[in-house]
Amino acid sequence: MAIFDIFLLEALLNGVLLGGVLALLSLGLNLIFGVIDVVWICYAELIMLGMYGMYFLYTVYHAPIVAAAAVCIVAVAILGVLLHVLVIAPLLGAAPINQLLATGGVLFFLQSAATVLFGVEFKNLGLRLPVLKAAGMFISYSRLLAFVAALVGMVLVYLFMTRTYTGTAIRAIAQDRQIIPLMGVNSRRIYLVTSALGGGLAGLAACLLVLQYDVHPFVGLSFGPITFLICVLGSLGNFVGGFVAAFVFAEIIALGGLYLDLEWGYVFAFAFFIVMMFVRPEGLMARRS
Amino acid sequence: MTRYLPWLGGLALIGLPFVYTAPYPMHILIIILIWSFAYTSWSVMGRFGLVSLGHGGFMGIGAYATALAWNYWHISPWIGAPMALLAGALLAVVVAYPCFRFRIIGHYFALVTLALSGIVLQVITATRDYTGGSLGYTPERYQSGSSFYALQFTGKTTWYLIALGVWAAGLYVWHRVDRSMLRYALEAISEDEDGAAAAGVHVTLEKLKITVLSAAMTALAGALYCQYQMFISPDTVSGIAVSLQMVFAVVVGGIYVPLGPTVGAVITILLAEVLRVSFGTRAVGWDNLVYGILLVIFIIFLPKGILGSLLALRRAS
Repeated sequence: MAIFDIFLLEALLNGVLLGGVLALLSLGLNLIFGVIDVVWICYAELIMLGMYGMYFLYTVYHAPIVAAAAVCIVAVAILGVLLHVLVIAPLLGAAPINQLLATGGVLFFLQSAATVLFGVEFKNLGLRLPVLKAAGMFISYSRLLAFVAALVGMVLVYLFMTRTYTGTAIRAIAQDRQIIPLMGVNSRRIYLVTSALGGGLAGLAACLLVLQYDVHPFVGLSFGPITFLICVLGSLGNFVGGFVAAFVFAEIIALGGLYLDLEWGYVFAFAFFIVMMFVRPEGLMARRS
Repeated sequence: MTRYLPWLGGLALIGLPFVYTAPYPMHILIIILIWSFAYTSWSVMGRFGLVSLGHGGFMGIGAYATALAWNYWHISPWIGAPMALLAGALLAVVVAYPCFRFRIIGHYFALVTLALSGIVLQVITATRDYTGGSLGYTPERYQSGSSFYALQFTGKTTWYLIALGVWAAGLYVWHRVDRSMLRYALEAISEDEDGAAAAGVHVTLEKLKITVLSAAMTALAGALYCQYQMFISPDTVSGIAVSLQMVFAVVVGGIYVPLGPTVGAVITILLAEVLRVSFGTRAVGWDNLVYGILLVIFIIFLPKGILGSLLALRRAS
């Protein structure tokens, strides 16, 4: 039967795993948007820097990979805080579109800083994880790892948001940013914690992506846009929505890639996004009103 | 005196190629004029808070439609470019109408149009059998090289005058929009959509008008760029990077003043060229590094842009 074609099954499965990666990517961005109400257009560039960090620590300086990953996560978290303090904080009162454009400037800056510092060559970790072979299908181990990490990351973020004081305060701020400071929550501190958390998630994504992809200064452009679309499709700031949207997108890309080219997979994903914006704008934009 | 200043400046610009013809500065001037026109096209709608990140897409459509029509069906760019313009306008309607109808505004509008630039870039790359993909594409030379019919000229002077004319037309369109009812309607809309609608403004229609105008102009810029450079690649005329570049140059130059986009183009292109000429390949990345920092600083401290702030200063004193 055509439906149980082994290639189709493999593509579907790979789609699920790709969905895990995309979900992980969108997690931090969603958090930032949900709480601070800012779109970090340069989010993918933070991940790019994290990937470079992994490359230098592991491949050039031969640090143990777990230590390298830990350092990268912390470093990108600090970058997130810096981004907030230097760029976002002065613009918190400005029109939302200005914040988006300012982070666009940061995108240019980070991309070219990476070009200047590291050159345009593709770098890779020089570490190849094995490919699992099960029932005639090939499954990338690194994708599986990213998928599991995305799930674990989701659960941890969920627990943090619901079980700790800071997490509760973050959710409260996201609901009403005027009233909550009156309730004794230090909103500046909450924003900093959230930026650090968002940056840390970007760092985690970087550690997992660098296992699968080569890093170069423009790598952010290859998965940045799709990450924003996932967040928008799943209602910006809504974790579960983002998770679902990530898997839908990944399946479209995987199936499009199976039947045509990988680019067509992306074209279909983008087109699907635009159509969905028209079909269900109210469902997608529940937070807007 | 100040009344005649624009006319004198215009005359000087027209007269320039007849006294000065060094190829490299002329090339830079032509490039600046073409991009100024593209940036002006963006600012026609961008100044009303309609921040589109899809203009890279419109520019790509303009460039590729003109080149493909010429190479495959031997349609002269005189017909091909208007067709490309129509294609850009059509695409704008298809994407923007539902956006405006369903009130996708601000962030969301920027992100939907971002998806549009992504689509155009990926389609050009994916149809590599016809468009050459990421390797780029060249319109075929017509006979000896210079031909009015094929809109191909080897001399820089002709191109300079064409680019100057189109740029001036762009400024004229900006001016006409500035003096029209459309402007007041759109300003009302950018302040408060519901209020504008209650006051009798057809929100969707007015926004659609300006978007189609802006998209068609951008497509024309793409066609012009293609005819001048005789080489286009998805990364130079379409995609998200080009869209961001447009927004950036306009914000730096000044989004609310007619010559703002032009000032933005002059600054960004000259900066890139000066760095390239003086440092060669070592300068790769430095221009964007400076742009990026400038963009952040401008948005935080000078949201009106260089020219806008200067004019505001002059008015205040």
